[in-house]
Amino acid sequence: MSQKKSRSRGGGGGAAASGDDHEDLARPPPLQAVLLADSFTLKFRPITLERPKVLLPLVHMPMIEYTLTWLESAGVDEAFVFCCAHSHQVKEYLDKAGWAGKAGAGSMAVTAVESHDAISAGDALRVIYDRGVIRGDFVLISGDTISNMSLKDALQEHMDRKKKDPFAVMTMIIKHSKPSILTHQTRLGNDEITMAIDPETKELLYYEDRADNSHLYVTIDKDILTNNPTLQLHNDMEDCYIDICSPEVLSLFTDNFDYQHLRRHFVKGLLVDDIMGYKIYTHELRSGYAARIDNFRSYDTVSKDVIQRWTYPMVPDVVSNRDCSESRLRRQGIYVASDVTLSHSAQIGANSVVGSATSIGDNCKVLNSVIGVGCKIGKNVFINGSYIWDHVIIEDGCKVSNSLICDGVHLRAGAIVEPGSVLSFKVEVGKNVTVPAHSKVSLLPQPSNEDSDEELEYADTNSGVTDSPPFSSMRSSGDQAIVPSEEDESGTSETGTCGVVGYIWTSADTGILEEWRQSIAPIPKEKLEELERAVSDEDGSEDESNNLILQDKDDSSDSVVEDDDHISKFEKEVEETFQRAMGGGVNRDNLILEINGLRLAYSLQHADCAGAVFYSIMKSALVAAQSTNNTLLKTTGEALVKWKDLLRNYTKTVDEEMEILLKFEEMCQETTKEFSPLFAKILPFLYDTEVVTEDAILRWAEEKENADESDKVFVKQSEDFIQWLKEAEEEDDEDEE
Amino acid sequence: MDFQVVVLAGGTSEKLSPLVSKDVPKALLPVANRPLLSYALDLLEASDLKDLIVVVEGQEAAQLVGAWVSSAYLDRLRVEVVAVSEDLGSAGALRAISKRLTANDILVISGDLVTDVLPGAVAATHRRNGAAVTALLCSVPVSGPSDSASSSGKDKAKKPNRLNIVVLDKTKHFLLHIVSGTDVEKDVRVHKRKIQAVGQMEIRSDLMDAHLYAFKRTILQDILEQKEAYRSIRLEVLPHLVRSQLRSDPSGNGTTVEETGNNAVLSSGNLQCLAQHRVIAPSAFNQDVLSRSRGGHRCCAYIATKSKYCHRLNSIQSYCDINRDVIGEASHLSGYSFSAQNNIIHPSSVLGSKTTIGPHCILAEGSQLGDKCSVKRSVIGRHCRIGSSVKIVNSVVMNHVVIEDGCHIQGSVVCNNVQLQERAVLKDCQIGAGYIVTTGSEHKAESLARK
Repeated sequence: MSQKKSRSRGGGGGAAASGDDHEDLARPPPLQAVLLADSFTLKFRPITLERPKVLLPLVHMPMIEYTLTWLESAGVDEAFVFCCAHSHQVKEYLDKAGWAGKAGAGSMAVTAVESHDAISAGDALRVIYDRGVIRGDFVLISGDTISNMSLKDALQEHMDRKKKDPFAVMTMIIKHSKPSILTHQTRLGNDEITMAIDPETKELLYYEDRADNSHLYVTIDKDILTNNPTLQLHNDMEDCYIDICSPEVLSLFTDNFDYQHLRRHFVKGLLVDDIMGYKIYTHELRSGYAARIDNFRSYDTVSKDVIQRWTYPMVPDVVSNRDCSESRLRRQGIYVASDVTLSHSAQIGANSVVGSATSIGDNCKVLNSVIGVGCKIGKNVFINGSYIWDHVIIEDGCKVSNSLICDGVHLRAGAIVEPGSVLSFKVEVGKNVTVPAHSKVSLLPQPSNEDSDEELEYADTNSGVTDSPPFSSMRSSGDQAIVPSEEDESGTSETGTCGVVGYIWTSADTGILEEWRQSIAPIPKEKLEELERAVSDEDGSEDESNNLILQDKDDSSDSVVEDDDHISKFEKEVEETFQRAMGGGVNRDNLILEINGLRLAYSLQHADCAGAVFYSIMKSALVAAQSTNNTLLKTTGEALVKWKDLLRNYTKTVDEEMEILLKFEEMCQETTKEFSPLFAKILPFLYDTEVVTEDAILRWAEEKENADESDKVFVKQSEDFIQWLKEAEEEDDEDEE
Repeated sequence: MDFQVVVLAGGTSEKLSPLVSKDVPKALLPVANRPLLSYALDLLEASDLKDLIVVVEGQEAAQLVGAWVSSAYLDRLRVEVVAVSEDLGSAGALRAISKRLTANDILVISGDLVTDVLPGAVAATHRRNGAAVTALLCSVPVSGPSDSASSSGKDKAKKPNRLNIVVLDKTKHFLLHIVSGTDVEKDVRVHKRKIQAVGQMEIRSDLMDAHLYAFKRTILQDILEQKEAYRSIRLEVLPHLVRSQLRSDPSGNGTTVEETGNNAVLSSGNLQCLAQHRVIAPSAFNQDVLSRSRGGHRCCAYIATKSKYCHRLNSIQSYCDINRDVIGEASHLSGYSFSAQNNIIHPSSVLGSKTTIGPHCILAEGSQLGDKCSVKRSVIGRHCRIGSSVKIVNSVVMNHVVIEDGCHIQGSVVCNNVQLQERAVLKDCQIGAGYIVTTGSEHKAESLARK
């Protein structure tokens, strides 16, 4: 209606628009939105091999549904859904859900735009530009964004600014969120962002989204500072990935055909290269919710937010579920559909959702989890913090914690799914099989090289390893990737039946060490403690090079601390490497290579290596051993025999052997006191296995002679042995004579 | 208030020659016919800060300042004038009188500060925040408040070469980083850990250090003792304090407090919450990081609003600017009441016929002007004798100056007892005390002084 009116008035004279007697008339052409139904990342692999990310259910509803619903409620008149990977599925969904072809008054028209060769957001926008469908300012959003914010203020701001300054081409929505000091990521699992904003105009002046701690400093260009005497540096903002763009943005993408990533290329390009003086502004969201599901952790976080009703009105009991009866909200954020078969002895804990036609057996316990439609859950099943999609069968006695389980998965009796796992569609897990933490299982093999039809990781949004080419790492791991369907490391052979039907994917580019950052599982305690330590270690190593002052005296003491730290970090890394080797897999030669690599990286001596390796071996023995001294002695012996070749690699001279002895002593005194009573017994053993020679032991004893009483404890303990060595030496001498 | 004030009054600064000399140390340099130091002292008196130590470089200068202070501020302030040797720097001067400091907090003010920011406000902020140091920051005079007519072109040319960079926290109370006088050519680098700790910080390059600080005495004395090489408060002591505020104290008990705090968190089983970042409140910084930052070692800033006047008299240019401002825009600083014509003409002065005194002028007692003179935006001191047809524009004429007929003075400073013979023309000059400018001579942008 309003459009018609404005058209008839428009004929009278364009200038009349300023005289607006009715607000609607002053409004420019209909508000449009571009929705990218493809994230162009691989974060949700292996699930996204079979279903596009935007159709993955988030608390029973596909993500794109949230996005479209929000766009409609925010007053968008026309939305273009750009689909690439699995485009037919997306289109099918749009048809089925009644979005496409809906063109009544007051509702949003949805058009699908399809392309098969786009590999990035940049390509997608170029396709949109070629279609020539965007006529005015538009909202750019990706199909995995959940929000309930009001766009009105942001839009108004954008329009006003554009009137004054035609170069203001984009308004970015940001939200306050303080990243953890320990993990440097937000609660959504994104890396922290550093941005500089002019407090007056809200212009974005600097944007950095990599948690690359190798750069200790944020460097702000001198020109920025001379032009903006005041600027705010934020680390406590989160990018909502909702942008209000002018049509110029599309042509900018077309002009700069190498722009792929929205933030990394486009925003950086505008800010750094200063193309044509275009500017980007920000709008801080103060009320309302907005978050993008970028990885498994944000999937978890956002799901919880939905259950806790932060996204109202997009909450389970308000948004009607098409294929089932509505679910009702009970106390403590429990939503249970009306036709759920729930055993009386089953317990549903707080913040859980159970879909319709699902049956839950006796003595089950469901905590903080979402269970889909038509699932069959047996007896004595324990489910905690997990997302179980539709038609999943979980037999008796299973245990699932902090994992994502897709449609049609079958867990046989007694299966255990450890935290952080992802079981893709129709995977079967055998009886009493344990799926180890952070594993990803799919019926489809892990792709070993590029397949152009799928989502491609062009510019991986946030992982720390952006510099490496996207697929090389996967290819290298491909050698061991395809695990035959009957295999699992954790002793499945006893069951007789197959372990897991499906391929266990090796973790792709992020590597096992980084897995904790973005998985559903909470960050392990040890990791946090480790980070905590790292943070307090770093304390005080402030750099002062930017100041005009000479180095202070106290800085020298800092550097000593740093040195200590340096070695302990090295030791920790060696230990980790070693443990990986123990866990199996790593070849001994490779292990030596790796340790040498570490040594070079930390620029340390051979002797330090010897100490570190010895430390790791002893530590491993300690871990394996039970409490009694006898077993400890035994395991130590075994470990030493097993790894003596490795150690000998580093004990080429007496100095290095000495280092081992000193290290051993230090361990007994400080870190692993368990060894202290066994010192005298292990020492001969070291001699027997030729890890240390008698020269080293004698020199060590000599050196310690003048030391403090407290230092001599161990020399005294092993006095007999040393005595024996001395005599033996004399005998040798005599023999030679 | 338990505050002790140290006024660093300087000595006979080289920079200001020929205006200052043995007879007129910097502290007594007349600004709108009042000694410079009186601006700072009046301000302190207005804030009820009455325990002062005035530190003067050089014995002779100290005597002169002492004589003036004891006559002018008798019964008003308890002032102790202390002489220190020259070239110690501001930190050195403080170190020299460190033994005399007894109060809990010390306010250090530079004697050449002309401002209307009350030191009491800075002191109160200091107390309220329990800070180790509070510094007064004021806006950098980007192009000079009132010299739009005279030297705007000049200012533009000299503006971008040095930047003071001040980094503040979100509340604008705490100083996180301070770099004075970096090269404009250098990019600014901020340590990431600092941003991570505070979440949000504000980088300002339009502020400058006004040389007014409130220190906690113990901390100040410790630093002066430990860092014997430090000479400047602004360049060394303050940056050191700011730098060290986030650093763990190697010997102190701060670290243990921190550790127990962490242990409490770990043991109370909140780790899961921590893992999901749910417990980190937005205001965590203020309560946690700063309050436990090692025994109240906090660096605060008091930022003067833009409307406040705040300038230091440390160059000839600034001397001219401040004189002009004090009788012009910032006339409330001068302490005089201006007439309806916006000027002050002492009743004892004598004006010839057709002589005009424009607005923003001061004519002090006992001065005489001949006929057809014109004075604009200038200060004329006591007992000057000025002939006929003399033009004085944008200038400062001190006491007992003789100006004969037909002289033109523009943008210049003429010190005590100078004699300008007939038809002398001065433009942008500084004439030292007792100098005689000969008949008909013309000078431009020169500095003249008696040998």
